Amino acid sequence: MDSKTAAVKMRGITKTFGTVVANDSVDLDINKGEILALLGENGSGKTTLMNMLSGIYYPDKGTITIDGREVSIGSPREAFGYGIGMIHQHFKLVDVLTAAENIVLGLKEEGRLDLGAAGKRIREICDAYGFDVDPKQKIYDMSVSQKQTVEIVKVLYRGADILILDEPTAVLTPQETEKLFAVLRNMRDDGKAIVIITHKLHEVEELSDRVAVLRRGKYIGDMMTRDTNAQEMTDMMVGRAVSLNISRPEVGETPVRMELRNLSVRSGDGLMKLQDVSFDIRAGEILGVAGISGSGQKELLEAIAGLQKIESGEICYIDENGKKTSLIGMDPFAISSLGVSLSFVPEDRLGMGLVGNMDLTDNMMLRSYRNNRSVFTDRKTPKALAQEVVDELEVVTPGLGTPVRRLSGGNVQKVLVGREIASSPKVLLTAYAVRGLDINSSYTIYNLLNQQKEKGVAVVYVGEDLDVLLELCDRILVLCAGRVSGIVDARTTGKNEIGLMMTKLGGGNS
Amino acid sequence: MNNKTKAPLIHITKRKVLPWYGAWGIRFAAIVLAFAACAVVTMMLTGDNPIQVYSTMLYGAFGTTRKRWIMGQEVGILLCVSLALTPAFRMRFWNLGGEGQILIGGLASAACMILIGDRLPNAVLIAVMFAASVAAGALWAFIPAVCKAKWNTNETLFTLMMNYVGMQLVAYYTIVWEVPKGSGKIGIINQNTNAGWLPQVGPSKYFLNILIVAILTVIVYIYMKYSKHGYEISVVGESENTARYVGIKVSKVIIRTMLISGALCGLAGFLLVGGTNHTITTTIANNRGFTAVMVAWLAKFNPIAMIFSSLLLVFFGQGASEISTVFGLNQSFGDILSGIVLFFIIGCEFFINYKIHIRKSE
Amino acid sequence: MFDLVSFIPRAVAQSIPLLCGSTGETITEKCGNLNLGIPGVMYVGAISGVIGSFLYEQHAETMSAVPAILIPLSCCLLGSLLMGLLYCFLTVTLRANQNVTGLAMTTFGVGFGNFFGGSLIKLTDSEVPSIALSATSGFFRRSLPFAGSMGWVGSVFFSYGFLAYTAIVIALVASYVLNRTRTGLELRAVGESPATADAAGINITRYKYVTTCIGCMIAGLGGLYYVMDYASGVWSNDAFGDRGWLAIALVIFTIWRPNVSILASILFGGLYILYLYIPSGMNLSVKELYKMLPYIVTIIVLVISSMRNKRENQPPASLGLNYFREDR
Repeated sequence: MDSKTAAVKMRGITKTFGTVVANDSVDLDINKGEILALLGENGSGKTTLMNMLSGIYYPDKGTITIDGREVSIGSPREAFGYGIGMIHQHFKLVDVLTAAENIVLGLKEEGRLDLGAAGKRIREICDAYGFDVDPKQKIYDMSVSQKQTVEIVKVLYRGADILILDEPTAVLTPQETEKLFAVLRNMRDDGKAIVIITHKLHEVEELSDRVAVLRRGKYIGDMMTRDTNAQEMTDMMVGRAVSLNISRPEVGETPVRMELRNLSVRSGDGLMKLQDVSFDIRAGEILGVAGISGSGQKELLEAIAGLQKIESGEICYIDENGKKTSLIGMDPFAISSLGVSLSFVPEDRLGMGLVGNMDLTDNMMLRSYRNNRSVFTDRKTPKALAQEVVDELEVVTPGLGTPVRRLSGGNVQKVLVGREIASSPKVLLTAYAVRGLDINSSYTIYNLLNQQKEKGVAVVYVGEDLDVLLELCDRILVLCAGRVSGIVDARTTGKNEIGLMMTKLGGGNS
Repeated sequence: MNNKTKAPLIHITKRKVLPWYGAWGIRFAAIVLAFAACAVVTMMLTGDNPIQVYSTMLYGAFGTTRKRWIMGQEVGILLCVSLALTPAFRMRFWNLGGEGQILIGGLASAACMILIGDRLPNAVLIAVMFAASVAAGALWAFIPAVCKAKWNTNETLFTLMMNYVGMQLVAYYTIVWEVPKGSGKIGIINQNTNAGWLPQVGPSKYFLNILIVAILTVIVYIYMKYSKHGYEISVVGESENTARYVGIKVSKVIIRTMLISGALCGLAGFLLVGGTNHTITTTIANNRGFTAVMVAWLAKFNPIAMIFSSLLLVFFGQGASEISTVFGLNQSFGDILSGIVLFFIIGCEFFINYKIHIRKSE
Repeated sequence: MFDLVSFIPRAVAQSIPLLCGSTGETITEKCGNLNLGIPGVMYVGAISGVIGSFLYEQHAETMSAVPAILIPLSCCLLGSLLMGLLYCFLTVTLRANQNVTGLAMTTFGVGFGNFFGGSLIKLTDSEVPSIALSATSGFFRRSLPFAGSMGWVGSVFFSYGFLAYTAIVIALVASYVLNRTRTGLELRAVGESPATADAAGINITRYKYVTTCIGCMIAGLGGLYYVMDYASGVWSNDAFGDRGWLAIALVIFTIWRPNVSILASILFGGLYILYLYIPSGMNLSVKELYKMLPYIVTIIVLVISSMRNKRENQPPASLGLNYFREDR
């Protein structure tokens, strides 16, 4: 197992976007018959580096050698030619086409298009690895994990020798992850070179043979997985020893701030997104929400914030004096005036909550511009607020007049959360608040949430990293396919238990 | 197979922000190049030297007092339509229905002049015409806006189709009201009574139109830049999700903004019928609904910059028509020149937004 | 009594320019380019053909069928191709706004057509403001020899010039290519999600260029058919009218399906001339309202398909947007 032949050698790879250096003179070897975990914080340049291998980007400097031959990969097609297949974090599938059509897309096979034959080969691949794909199903009818399966089959269909997977487990349940890992191990034993981009250390330990670490676009080093441990890897990623502990201040018994009873929500195309959901949100606690992505987290928060049409059920806000107000039928503005604040971070960070092309001042104004009666906007107050947020949260920006789209992910997030907190909310709803942030910024956010909790704010934290949920939250609500699978005490519950609850209502029999 | 594949020779990246003088420098260079290209084309067709050509064009546009007033009036109407489209474009709503909205606004004015022209005092009649035109234009924009807001119907295609519905409606009434019967046109309305004609204010009969549009420019500028509505329009245009999230009623903003857009197009129709032409034909809008799209886009939706972009396009229109008269060319010559200028300016945006790196051979 | 036997051939003749325009625009839109320059392209296609045949008629001693058809045909294709290249250069290479570019092309194209049309008219010193290329038109209009002897079957099915059949064949081929071939699959992927297609190794730039240029050439043929066949070789300025926009309407009406467009264009053609067959007394004005019908039914289709919100019936997802790989 030790004398590996290198499938790919990358030397001195540099790539910049504007002023941002995404990769700075990176050297990396990828070996045949080996699973390499490419480790690094978000924004450390892992994906950019791999995108250059798969032909999406072209390096500014440096050389790539495949099987001993120096190559130039100008396009994804050329990458296929070298046997490189990449499964992107955001699926590259055409929604209105079928699975089979997506899989054969871009292939230059001789003869006419024969989707029947393609379907047969897809079934063979599925049978070999235990996948389940209906070649005639349209992508828009598929669940996230089905889409990922299509992506993997697509690469296998092309007979790739070098497989790159960009955070493949982000959307999978622990059980599905196990299945995927088994497949990857099989392929490694076939002699394929596999790269998995991740920042989940336990996955690295479980799956990989070798780890390579990137930090801020620079290559830090590599080591055999069996010779290292989580602490060492974290140190390499972050650059210094850090504590993985997130503080969890204890707050005594507190009143219920919100009551949700038998809430059901249907999506635009008629699917049940939430079914019969009931729970309480207490003041001075952080309530975690766990679940496979797409289990109804988004709809839950949007329903509370008044952005979703509610099929049935009741949502009540209870103020300090115990007065109940039903939120059903109220518009988002009225709900936020009550003090229910939604700080929602979707995949693209800027899609909701902030306007990328507007500057900091104008973004601060989003919440407050209706506060006076004039037909004209007041820009003085939001400008002062923007300055305050920049100073207090240490937002790195050239100035208040900079469009937020040009700030880094962590700073964008600080601006958003800073604005929401500035309105001194009573209920703070956050979704994926640390997605895409480096460890430092993540801790800033955790601290902010804890401060709010200590102030008596009811905080809802929708997260994807179970470790963080377990350390940060007081209670965790687990959603499974739109239903409440259970509400557990974060102090006494294990990760596996939650994982099972995510896939099976109540966690099944075990 | 043993050769290393060549690195791509040209590599394009998105620019950071170009300072304003850089952007305008590139645009200016594009206009200069466009002028040169137009001169070459004109020389090939007329055999005259470029200086001669441009002095003819300048004469055609600004040569006499009358020409200057016509120029002002043309710029005014085009600017009016461009201003009308601006709020919609800022909302990323492609209102290509300006043509139809102008026509239907003009039709409403003409209808008032013909049907009740002799029954009302002139001031009241003009007020009624104004209200009718604005309402008709707004209605024409309201229909696609509602469908966009409710079902997300593609507005580009919808507003485009509404143009021709409007045009056929005008064609229908042209025959209903034709004078004399069988001529296929309405002719000057109320030639004798001048009922519904906008009064002459100041030095020229066109002055009132120009004044109204000038005031409108300032209003639209302030509306877009400083009002809450303007702010909401930008938020909806940039990100509908964000707008929803902060509690802006997106469908309300879409409908409200399109009502304004249509109403201002209707106003242009009113100015054309009541102030300039005193008649209605299917060609009265003269493609301004489309030209204005380009005017607004060239000016990056800035009302003040639109004064210059509409001036530029009108200059080519008027100048080329002078050339066609002098050199016995066809009237459509202006369209060709405008097209060339537009292509240059459209193309130059690339150099403002992107940077080209040429890889040197190793 | 409604005279179907005379109505259908006239509706079909009306339909061919629309069919060409809509087939060209459909494939263009399928690759994600909303080419609003199609009306201009059709003018350029028509006038290029007119110029070609005008020069041939002026210079040839005796005219024979092959050059009389090939010269205008290739001039027309060349003119439309150049317009297509211009559109692609601006929107694909220079990534300019598609709506603005398209409208500028329509301004330019219509101006180009009328300018050269007007100049040729002036050259001929004719009394009427039009050019008649009746000799060339004769070749274009030649129908199958047995059509005349077959009664109503002949006039309904066989009475058209070769361009009409070509247009139908092109529409069928376009439909087959879009739905049944690898090229069509890749083309649809480019229009739906260029980033995905790019990652799959499809050359976006080449697809957009080739498709848009072919689309323009097909649309240009529609212009040529109008002058040479429908109008019997008579060019007069602005006579082509708004057919280009009607062709764009047809694209939506057929929900991006060229094969459906064959019948739908005949329906549109029929609606366009319906007023001639509806007894409306002596009231000429009503015919203008009938001309509104194609646009109104298109609007209804557009609204209904957006209400039903079926994914297959929506415009291509990236329609009107330009693709830049390193956008981030």
